[in-house]
Amino acid sequence: MPKLTIDELAKMRDRTRRTLVPREGGEFRAKINVHMGTCGIAAGARAVMTALIEEAERRSLQDVLLTSSGCAGLCSQEPMMTVETVGKPPVKYVNLDPAKAREILEKHVLGGSIVRDYALGVGSEKTDA
Amino acid sequence: MAEVATARTYRLHLMVCAGTGCVSNHAFELKTALEREIEKHKLENEVTVVPTGCNGFCERGPILVVQPGNVFYQQLSVKDVPHLVEEHFLKGRPVAKFMYFPPEEKTPVPVLSDIPFFKKQVLVALRNRGLIDPEKIEEAIARDGYKALAKALTEMSPEAIISEIARSGLRGRGGAGFPTGLKWQLVRNAVSPNGGAKYVVCNGDEGDPGAFMDRSILEADPHAVIEGMVIGAKAIGAAAGFVYVRNEYPLAVNRLAVALEQARAFGLLGRDILGTGFDFDIRIKRGAGAFVCGEETALIASIEGRLGEPRPRPPYPAQSGLWGKPTCINNVETWANVPVIIDRGSAWFAGIGTATSKGTKVFSLVGKINNTGLVEVPMGITLREIISDIGGGIPGGKAFKAVQTGGPSGGCIPKEQIDLPIDYESLAAAGSMMGSGGMVVMDEDTCMVDVARYFLSFTQDESCGKCTPCREGTKAMLDVLTRITEGKGVPDDIALLEDLASAIKDTALCGLGKTAPNPVLTTLRYFRDEYETHIRDRKCPAHVCRQLNIYAIDPRLCLDKGKGCDVCRRNCASEAISGSKGEAHAVLQDKCIKCGVCADVCAFGAVRVE
Amino acid sequence: MDQRISEIVAKYGTDPGSVIAILQDVQEELHYLPRAALERVAGDLSVPLSRVLSLATFYKAFSLKPKGRHPVHVCLGTACHVRGAQLVLEKFERELDIKTGETSPDRAFSLDAVRCVGCCGLAPVVMVGEEVHGKISPAKVAGLVKKYRK
Repeated sequence: MPKLTIDELAKMRDRTRRTLVPREGGEFRAKINVHMGTCGIAAGARAVMTALIEEAERRSLQDVLLTSSGCAGLCSQEPMMTVETVGKPPVKYVNLDPAKAREILEKHVLGGSIVRDYALGVGSEKTDA
Repeated sequence: MAEVATARTYRLHLMVCAGTGCVSNHAFELKTALEREIEKHKLENEVTVVPTGCNGFCERGPILVVQPGNVFYQQLSVKDVPHLVEEHFLKGRPVAKFMYFPPEEKTPVPVLSDIPFFKKQVLVALRNRGLIDPEKIEEAIARDGYKALAKALTEMSPEAIISEIARSGLRGRGGAGFPTGLKWQLVRNAVSPNGGAKYVVCNGDEGDPGAFMDRSILEADPHAVIEGMVIGAKAIGAAAGFVYVRNEYPLAVNRLAVALEQARAFGLLGRDILGTGFDFDIRIKRGAGAFVCGEETALIASIEGRLGEPRPRPPYPAQSGLWGKPTCINNVETWANVPVIIDRGSAWFAGIGTATSKGTKVFSLVGKINNTGLVEVPMGITLREIISDIGGGIPGGKAFKAVQTGGPSGGCIPKEQIDLPIDYESLAAAGSMMGSGGMVVMDEDTCMVDVARYFLSFTQDESCGKCTPCREGTKAMLDVLTRITEGKGVPDDIALLEDLASAIKDTALCGLGKTAPNPVLTTLRYFRDEYETHIRDRKCPAHVCRQLNIYAIDPRLCLDKGKGCDVCRRNCASEAISGSKGEAHAVLQDKCIKCGVCADVCAFGAVRVE
Repeated sequence: MDQRISEIVAKYGTDPGSVIAILQDVQEELHYLPRAALERVAGDLSVPLSRVLSLATFYKAFSLKPKGRHPVHVCLGTACHVRGAQLVLEKFERELDIKTGETSPDRAFSLDAVRCVGCCGLAPVVMVGEEVHGKISPAKVAGLVKKYRK
């Protein structure tokens, strides 16, 4: 990776920003983000991630992005994940296990309908005052 | 292998309703069309079509249910079939527009920012939590990572950076709340001996039990910390930095190491950062399990490879720190705040919070609370808002008793002060402190004498032993507290504790010792009656101090509800339970060691604690 | 063993300031710090053995006694404490038939109490090796031990 200049940093910011969310005609139509901080992993996030990877392979899904991030903050309801599909606000799921994750993959990620029973909420947190 | 068609295991079963209603809605045509399309895609060995009886939902017919998965399609027509087969059965993507959703499921899922846990939070230090992959620097950059660095390196002089931080009102998030801008100015002004180097250090030795915000920031957004440190280095004129992280946080160490590597590869760290000619690099130092190393002079000794023992201040590290050079030490959360302040301006940051405490604070909300987790709130929010609104109250309908802030250096704030606003001064006035952000909620089942004893056993254990007041004083206090919790306290003990506390506060060498008596002093201030009950009546009102408890089995409950299940006797640590399976059991008081296991294992609530 | 330790020391370039990091790597490798290892580190770095030993006994990450293949660390942080961690620790002592700080004779398990592993949201917490187990009660201890005993 060549070292960045100030200009290139700004370009990378804009470019990556566009690819980070699922969009029409983009590389992927859905993004699943499993929250994997230490507590999430302790609560079983790794098993959730593994189940999703296996399920994605089994279905040969090419256009669903599986990714991980740090703690989402609500330890008492770990493991958690966030599902984002084209044109829709993200949905946070809580208290997951591998079976629930597979169900969400099938019904929400592929089927487009939120799995109400496991969903905590839609939208993002406020990052502003 | 010989295989019989009917015994074949299919990947999918398509249950086509063949009840009268659906048949009149062309269910058979649908079935034929499905079978044809399945054959066309050569899926006949994987997917089977099964006619079923009426499932009662005739008005929505024809109905198709896909198993496994229980996907419910409604009002399908023959022309829908090619799309359905290709999408769902071939590509594995159920088709939402054909599905049926019961009316009650159409009630919208709540909006996340309206959920009480999230509603009152304001994310500044945690701005990227759960949003980026911490091992992909591009994702941090996409969320404005290193934007402030570019600004600081090209548009701002070191003085301008420092004055921006000073004007923001940012104060140290590690506990004491020293103004960050002032600290930076002191390090900038300090002359390094022999014209040598200056250093920046990130204190990630998050030792307070009940606190994990720094771990979480390092795990979720390590680049925020790195960026803050590079900006700080530019401001004070440092060429090298260290992040001191607890050894107990392996994931944080790994993610930070990956982030440093990527920042170097992108030219955001190392030589000639962003082509501006500024050189600065960061190394990780792992802690080795000593709480005292969170104290800045002990931390410096540990980075230098020595025993983590504190030394008297002054000189402060700003004058004489790492290897005797001027050193700027801030904690993880403080560094993580720096880039946003530079990016969005000091006025924006100072607009959050109170007159003396600006911005937000991250707390780990734990203990006897429904929503445990990491919360970032504007300074000035009340304890009530954090505990009732964000935390969702106390589990099991129990009564809130107190909240402990500031770890072993802090204190317990009682329910009478639940409307206390969270800022550095209010917490100090209540006898506690902001600390690094641990917030442990306690309910009616928590014994405050036991809590005080717990913290003293912690500080006594972690005292480095260098100075006598801390080494011997905490031991003496712990002995008194232990005897009170064992029912051996004497009336003078309270006065003795107060004497010891003031002696240690006045004479201990470092912050660990000076603040060690705080948990005892605040519990004495607000919960003196609990101490008195332990001493005078030999009773623990919360039934926590086990030596004061009497365990007994209610024979009726044992027999009626538990049918003499015998689980308590089998788990008893000292063979102190009589009775056998099917009989009412009883505790033999002379043999009971009061371990409490019987109460824990009894599923019928038959073990009473008095 | 000497060979391996010298390799670790060499990685840090014989800087005496790195002695803590070196001991951490040795501890990770051998699960304890035998005297021979300390002597080797002191020799390679040309620092007195007393200095190495003082560090090895000051910091809690180091152990001069062998630990079990499954080191059990029961968290006694504040959140775990108010949620009954002491009872969990005592249950482990009975289940493993060793005291806190000891290693079982077959070296399968060692038992230690630690101060806060930073998973307070899941209190009480127990670490077995690198794995963190949350929401542990005394009743779950036997099952956990059985899982690792296999």
